[in-house]
Amino acid sequence: MAEPKAPPIFARALNAAWIRPVLFLVFIVAIWDLSIRLFKIPAYQIPAPADVVAVLRSDWPELLRQSWPTTYATVCGFLLSALFGIPVAMVIAGSKTVESYVYPLLVFSQSVPKIAIAPLFVVWFGFGIIPKVISAFLLGFFPVVVSAVQGFKSVDPDMVDLARAMQGSRFQVFRAVNLPHALPAIFSGLKVSVTLAVVGAVVGEFVGSNSGIGYVMQRSIGTFDLPTMFAALVILALLGVVLFWIVDRIERLIIPWHVSHREDIVFTS
Amino acid sequence: MTPAMRPTDLQPPAHLRLVSDRAETGAPEITLTGVSKTYRTRDGDVPSLRPLDFRINEGEFFVVVGPSGCGKSTLLKLISGLLPPTTGEITVGGNKVTRPHGNVGIVFQNALLLPWRNILSNVMLPIDMKHLPRDRYLSRAKDLLKLVGLEGFEKKLPWQLSGGMQQRASICRALVHDPKIMLMDEPFGALDALTRERMNLELMTIQRETGKTVLLITHSIPEAVFLADRVMVMTERPGAIAAIYDVPLPRPRSLDAMADPVFIELVQRIRKHFFTQGALD
Repeated sequence: MAEPKAPPIFARALNAAWIRPVLFLVFIVAIWDLSIRLFKIPAYQIPAPADVVAVLRSDWPELLRQSWPTTYATVCGFLLSALFGIPVAMVIAGSKTVESYVYPLLVFSQSVPKIAIAPLFVVWFGFGIIPKVISAFLLGFFPVVVSAVQGFKSVDPDMVDLARAMQGSRFQVFRAVNLPHALPAIFSGLKVSVTLAVVGAVVGEFVGSNSGIGYVMQRSIGTFDLPTMFAALVILALLGVVLFWIVDRIERLIIPWHVSHREDIVFTS
Repeated sequence: MTPAMRPTDLQPPAHLRLVSDRAETGAPEITLTGVSKTYRTRDGDVPSLRPLDFRINEGEFFVVVGPSGCGKSTLLKLISGLLPPTTGEITVGGNKVTRPHGNVGIVFQNALLLPWRNILSNVMLPIDMKHLPRDRYLSRAKDLLKLVGLEGFEKKLPWQLSGGMQQRASICRALVHDPKIMLMDEPFGALDALTRERMNLELMTIQRETGKTVLLITHSIPEAVFLADRVMVMTERPGAIAAIYDVPLPRPRSLDAMADPVFIELVQRIRKHFFTQGALD
């Protein structure tokens, strides 16, 4: 039998998880640049990648300064949606009565476009951070509730019976069985929620704010400064990716036992 | 046809009597008097169990066979105190059952191990739930794992074990708080035939060594006869007692017991109940 050969450096590099999306991104940027050149798209419609990069470099301190309020509002809104969403889901999953009253209304409330009501928050809370946080919270809240309800409800009733037959109190059984069981679903909700919270914060900044990436975007649209607008988009995307990654890391830390994090080892007797 | 099956004026041998006469000997561990269960649903009442009267003696291996949906699992929940009976009274160890009493260890068809706890800490779950001293029961948990051949797997997570190994761990969990009774709901139904036979032998060893009272529910008639001191046959829903048979095979039993004429006769006899009812999965 031949000795297994070490894969060549190139193939090994290709196996790193982050390299593939980066390669794909480079490909997309190349297509973007190429189409602008080929179809002679004017800069006031779509800026060239090089222009965007130039703005990113020259305005970096300003962009960074403006991204703090957005990040702050996003994180606050996200934490609020987790803080309220999980207990609300617990109550909904725990009681048929509460579910029948609350759940349909919750779904109904989701069909109200948040962008339409965001100006209301400005009327109520002024131009500060609060309307942005509320807007981020409203967008992030629903996915947490829906996933967590599903997580709490999908516990095997036999497993709960088993723990109850061991004379566990309701709270003990919940802590030992229901809550850990729901965690994977809760985390998938949190991951959706954190990216939506970014959207929520930006919406808040659109309707009434004098700081933040959303504000930068609106200002640059007003002056047809498309490279800045695109640079702001890049910053937003980066913000979303970083926050998503952080939640993902926390998930791996808290539920390392879950199917999605296992390696392929099985012991048989 | 064996001589015993022929209609005669003589009483049939003990193991073929419809209702066993062993019940009156020995101390009763579980007694059911007039116990029935009716589920209330939106579409009206659904009777699950017709009034049942029987007792299970201390240290007895009692097996229930019946068609699916005959309320076998309800029976198990009633005895463990998870469900209140609609009528009648259940006593376990002389005390009336009104709520979960913790005097039972339960094994379901699925091992139902918590995927976030390692094997040892899964086995320790009853100790945590009952607030018993952890350090005192830790060595007992390890001894039990050793007894079922899972030594060295204490720190593994459930998914790293095969189905048979998981089920053995769940048997340990049912035994760790030293309950007097083991309730088993089709414990080996999800295992392959070979593993199943081996688990049957192991279960008999465990029962002999620990002296537990076992109530086991199964779909398999040979398994029932092989394991049991007495076999209770149930009718279709709503479940009632069709017959209770003694199994006079000597213990310890090996797989050879399945070739014993008494074994074969009993299996045939029990199977007839289901053919006349026309229902067995």
